This record gives sequence, structure tokens and C-alpha cells, in this order.
Amino acid sequence: MTDKRQDLIDQPLQDLNHDGVDRRGFLKCMAWAGTGLVWTMSGGIPVSRAFAKNIGKDAGRGADFSFVQISDSHMGFNKPANQDVAATLQAAVDKINALPDQPEFLLHTGDISHLSKPEQFDNVDQIVKSANAKDIFFVPGEHDVLDDNGKSYLERYGKSAQGSGWYSFDHKGVHFIGLVNVMNLKSGGLGSLGGEQLEWIEKDVKHRKHSTPIVVFAHIPLWSVYPEWGWGTEDSAQALAYLKKFGSVTVLNGHIHQIMQKVEGNVTFHTAMSTAFPQPQPGKADSPGPMKVPAEQLRTVLGITDVNYVRGQHSLAVVDSNLG
Amino acid sequence: MRKKNIWVAGSATALASLILLLAGLPSVMAKSDQPSTANAEVKIDNFSFGPQTLTVAVGTTVTWTNRDDIPHTVVSTDGVFKSKVRDTDEKFSYTFTKAGEYPYYCSVHPKMTGKIVVQ
Repeated sequence: MTDKRQDLIDQPLQDLNHDGVDRRGFLKCMAWAGTGLVWTMSGGIPVSRAFAKNIGKDAGRGADFSFVQISDSHMGFNKPANQDVAATLQAAVDKINALPDQPEFLLHTGDISHLSKPEQFDNVDQIVKSANAKDIFFVPGEHDVLDDNGKSYLERYGKSAQGSGWYSFDHKGVHFIGLVNVMNLKSGGLGSLGGEQLEWIEKDVKHRKHSTPIVVFAHIPLWSVYPEWGWGTEDSAQALAYLKKFGSVTVLNGHIHQIMQKVEGNVTFHTAMSTAFPQPQPGKADSPGPMKVPAEQLRTVLGITDVNYVRGQHSLAVVDSNLG
Repeated sequence: MRKKNIWVAGSATALASLILLLAGLPSVMAKSDQPSTANAEVKIDNFSFGPQTLTVAVGTTVTWTNRDDIPHTVVSTDGVFKSKVRDTDEKFSYTFTKAGEYPYYCSVHPKMTGKIVVQ
């Protein structure tokens, strides 16, 4: 590591907008093509360190395992914001395959398809098949459960799931919980988990040791990012109450097509970039629709999230990388 | 003398025609919040329904057109009507045969709400 690099690291970013991200600092880092952001916790304050490709190797070193979150592939979308979402999804898979430490599995946090069409799901399955990961786990976005109340989504991805597609699994001592908050949405409301799913969450975690690291993944953010645009979940507080006893909880979401991070006690919330198109920052546009950027910048605002778990560490190291 | 009579007769006929014309087209003179059978359209754009509240007469067919670059749905909150997902430029129509208020929303983006008032 050069001295110049050393100057940049370990500078705590200020939480200017109470979303856990200093946008100026983030954008400065994003301007470096191909760099990533490592988020770790230091004394309860999120600290980000910029690193470039050549020292990226160190980020994963010592991890017991890592996995990658991708989100919002919107297969079938073909408007000006991105007229080839298959190509950018492939670029995301290529990025995964170029990681110094290969992930053991992928998590897709929803909006797999754009219109819930069979050929769109097929297309995504085809592309992610070439990722060097043993497994991929999904949760649906609102675009995946159109018209048939999620029936075709469940047939494909919900074989071992309950209700509208929620489930949990364990991997090397970490407990993963996939939740569905895009069903039965009420007029004027936000995302919703529902009573049946909440009861299941309570039972699922009731007898687990408090030292078990928990990773929750769901499409719509489980914290109130921007309610005016539907960026939140009505009843997530109840779910989080069941997780209060755990020493380390990481919540991974999608839906908003940009990175946001928030830390609340033992819970770290993180949203991922889309692999299809970006969306505006809260309140910075009339609506949360697809945001057009100059063609040469598109891949810099799309990306993947690499998550590293080191046994004994307080929290998981979450590393965002763009595709540019 | 004859010319003047013709002129007067012509004007009277024209005036009578105008009165008859106006009497037969009350909707042309209507204000925007009065029931209308013409132009029963709602445009979907920028994650909103426009106009958000539309008042129509019983028997009107309302047509929603999606002009947004994202798909939306049109779903009555009382289970009266429900569209399939509508992508850009796709339409959904419903004929209102009973008077009443019909609140609806987009089931994909539930913050998008609207209302049809049928009089």
C-alpha cells in the first residue's frame, strides 16, 4: 500500500443525511473506475475505505466465506435508461467471477424480471448460471409477482419456501433469512411482511443463540428510506424486534437501485445497486423511475455487493463494486 | 327593401340555429368538474394518475393509458376492477354503470392513488 493510499483510508465519513452515507465522499470514490468501497464497523461508526483493484485482494483475506448480493436485474426492461439489461447482468456476473475470493453463493434481492414473464426469468437463470458460485438464492421484487399473485415466481424459486416465498438457511454458522415484502400491498402503503410471515420469523429465530450472526434479505428496504416514494416497509419494526437479541444483524435490500447504508445498534442496513438502471436519490426527482445517465457512465452506477464473513468479527464486511 | 328583409331573415335563421346548436351541446359548456362523457381518459405518467380525480357520467368508459417508462396497474380498492400489468403505451378500460366513488391505486407502486367519481 502506497503512502497516498494510506492517506485516504480510515477517514470516517460523516453521516450528513442520516442514511449512513456521505454522498460527496462516496461519489469521489465512485469516480475511480473499478474501485470498490469497503464498509466495516469501528466503534459503532461505519467507516469506509476506498481501495483499488490491485489491493482488493486484501479485502477478502481471512474471511471464512463470502457471498455476493445482486439485485434488480429487471430482465425485459428496454427503455432509454438501459436498452440491454442482459449485457449489464452479464457484466455483473463477469465481475463476480473476477473477484479475488470466489463467493460461495449469490443472493438476488428481487426484481429479477421486469414483467414476471417466463422468458425473462429464463434469461436471468441462463446468465447467472455462468457465475462461479455453487448456489443462488432469490427473494421476489414487485416486478416478479405481477398478475398471478406470485404463482410463477413460487413455482420457479419457492420450492422449499413457505407462504409467499419466505425461508431461512444456515451457512457456516451464519443464519440467513429471506423475506417477501412485495405481496398484498395496500393502497397508499409501503412494503408489507404480513402477520403470517412475522409469526414465522418469531418462531424461526426464537431458540437461536444470540451470538449467531444473522443476515436478512428482502426486496424493499426494511427501514424507512423515503416513504413518499414507497421506500420502506410498514411492519418491519416488528420483524426487527424479534432480532433485537442478536449481536450482529445485517439487512440486505434492493428496490431503490442505489447504495444506502444505516447502522442502528447491532443492525447494519444496506441496499445494493441495480444491475439494470439507476434511480434518483430521494426527493431529487419527480418520481423514483429509471434515471438516464450518459451512456459511458451507465456501468459506473450499476454494481454488485460482496459480503465477507470473518468468524469472531462483530459485523460482516460489505463491499460494493460498480461494473464500470 | 327586399335585401334588408333577406338580411334580417338570414340573421334570425343563423341566430336560431346557434341557439339550437348550443342547446344540444351542454357538455361543451361544462366546467371540468362537471360530469362528462367525452374524453374519459386518465394518463399514467411519472408515478401518478392524471387527473388524480376524474368525474364522469354513469355509463362512461374510462381509459387509462400508461405513458410512463415503468409498468403500472389499475386496481380498485373495493375489488370493482383490476387491470393486468400495463407496460408503456398499454391501456386499460372500464365502463362505470353505477354511480358512486371508486378509489383505486397501482398495486405495484401503492403510493400511486386516484379516484373516479361517477354521477
